[in-house]
Amino acid sequence: MMIIKDAIRERLGNKIIAWEEKSSRRVYFTVAKEDILEAARLLFKELGLRFAIASGADTTEALEILYHFSYDKNGEFYSVRVLLRDKAHPEIDSLARLFPGAEWIEREIWEMLGIKFKGHPNLKRLLLAEDWPEGNYPLRRESS
Amino acid sequence: MSHKVIVPIGPYHPLQEEPEFFQLYVEGERVVDIDIIIGYNHRGIEKLAEDKHFDQVPYLVERICGICSSSHPYAYCLAVEDLLGGEANVVPERALYIRTLIDELQRIHSHLLWLGLAGHFIGYNTVWMWAWKYREPVLDCFEMITGNRNNYAMFKVGGVRRDIKDDDIPVLKKAMDDLVPALDLFRGAVMDDPVIQARLKGAGILTKAQAIDWCVVGPTARASGVNIDVRRDEPYGAIDRLNWNVIVEREGDVFAKTIVRILEMYESVNIIRQCLKGLPPGEIDADVREIPAGEGIGRVEAPRGECFHYVRSDGTNRPVRLKVRAPSYMNVASDKVGAVGGTISDATLTLAAVDPCYCCTERVTVLNKTDNKKIMNGWDLIRLSQEKTRKLEESLKNGRL
Repeated sequence: MMIIKDAIRERLGNKIIAWEEKSSRRVYFTVAKEDILEAARLLFKELGLRFAIASGADTTEALEILYHFSYDKNGEFYSVRVLLRDKAHPEIDSLARLFPGAEWIEREIWEMLGIKFKGHPNLKRLLLAEDWPEGNYPLRRESS
Repeated sequence: MSHKVIVPIGPYHPLQEEPEFFQLYVEGERVVDIDIIIGYNHRGIEKLAEDKHFDQVPYLVERICGICSSSHPYAYCLAVEDLLGGEANVVPERALYIRTLIDELQRIHSHLLWLGLAGHFIGYNTVWMWAWKYREPVLDCFEMITGNRNNYAMFKVGGVRRDIKDDDIPVLKKAMDDLVPALDLFRGAVMDDPVIQARLKGAGILTKAQAIDWCVVGPTARASGVNIDVRRDEPYGAIDRLNWNVIVEREGDVFAKTIVRILEMYESVNIIRQCLKGLPPGEIDADVREIPAGEGIGRVEAPRGECFHYVRSDGTNRPVRLKVRAPSYMNVASDKVGAVGGTISDATLTLAAVDPCYCCTERVTVLNKTDNKKIMNGWDLIRLSQEKTRKLEESLKNGRL
């Protein structure tokens, strides 16, 4: 069986800023936002991982996105962490260009945290009501 | 032929966590495009969870969905336990068996619910009545074990909240024994009926490549030949101690999705029987008090597919972030390819085949695109679907099928 951990570390090399194995099935690693398309292409297209979901969070110093990929052949779960430090204008490349399964969650993160996804085919609101005020992002810290 | 019509389906359906509004673009009989709008019932549960302490969150997330209402608290507990070092290292053995038993009972009741409504949509109201009739004893089992027919409040971090009494075990065993003939009945009705085959085969096909690209999960993926099941891929509860099979079909049409769900119920019965047989004595709760700082991921194979929870703790008694992804979030989006290219009489069935709730389709309206004049309502569309089945029956009688 292909060893996914080794393949990722070898192919992404020093683009991996941090690597943490919290347990045998939980790997978290950090890449720069410029490298997210390359990382996602490797995981999804080449290594055949399934995109489970992405989760955005507002840590006080940065906006953070975790892209969760599942290797269903052995239950390993890879979460790719990206930190967006420019909270005034957070933006990152859209993964929806690679696979349509990312379209909805990027719309959700955009409306909830105000992160812009460059190249998204249809970046409009998914869950929030039409009359929700512009520029108010409910999952940002300042909105709690 | 080029008379283009918009068919809006939705927006409300109260059973499932994601009310949907499907806008079908139709040319003649054929669906040419579809717009899916969700968010009508967005309750901000992820945000609400930030103000609950760790023990309160299971009750909150249980209310995301009334049908797979144990999957969300289970996935949440798994996420917190992942943070604590893994379910197997935290939860007592007996609780693992009870968790798996609840998980599988829920799968049976959910699949029976779906089967009944699918039967109703194609005009087989007997299947509807039967499926719901045989679902009742399953709900009775839930009531006996948990005190509730739905929203069971069984799960807590570190274990379960109620034990299964020894007196209940024979009753549960008998309920499972009684269910098998009913499942045989459904399997026979679906697999041997030429009209159902003609009606469901080839409808709403999702190819394997599309299933992978849209990242679908659960029976929707397994019916398209994508061999995934969280229970096998990352076992939780007592499932890795038991013998059972993952059901995979290749065709990706509504028929394959139906077969997957029917055969899965046999596996669930099988799993429940093994749980009852092997239920070990002991504690049911590890009494977890402190949640340290950290992050964890929990996943459960809900009846509709992988249910995902991500929890982050900063060491206080509340999660700083809870991310919930229900399986339908991925599956419903794939209707974009499943329904397009099919006929309008298959649309209700195709949209229903991923197992979202059906109440939405009862609110279907057909609008003429030029003047937005209503030309059909929801019942008309269901009637259209049922009529197609009647026509197939007629042609079968005349030997033309």
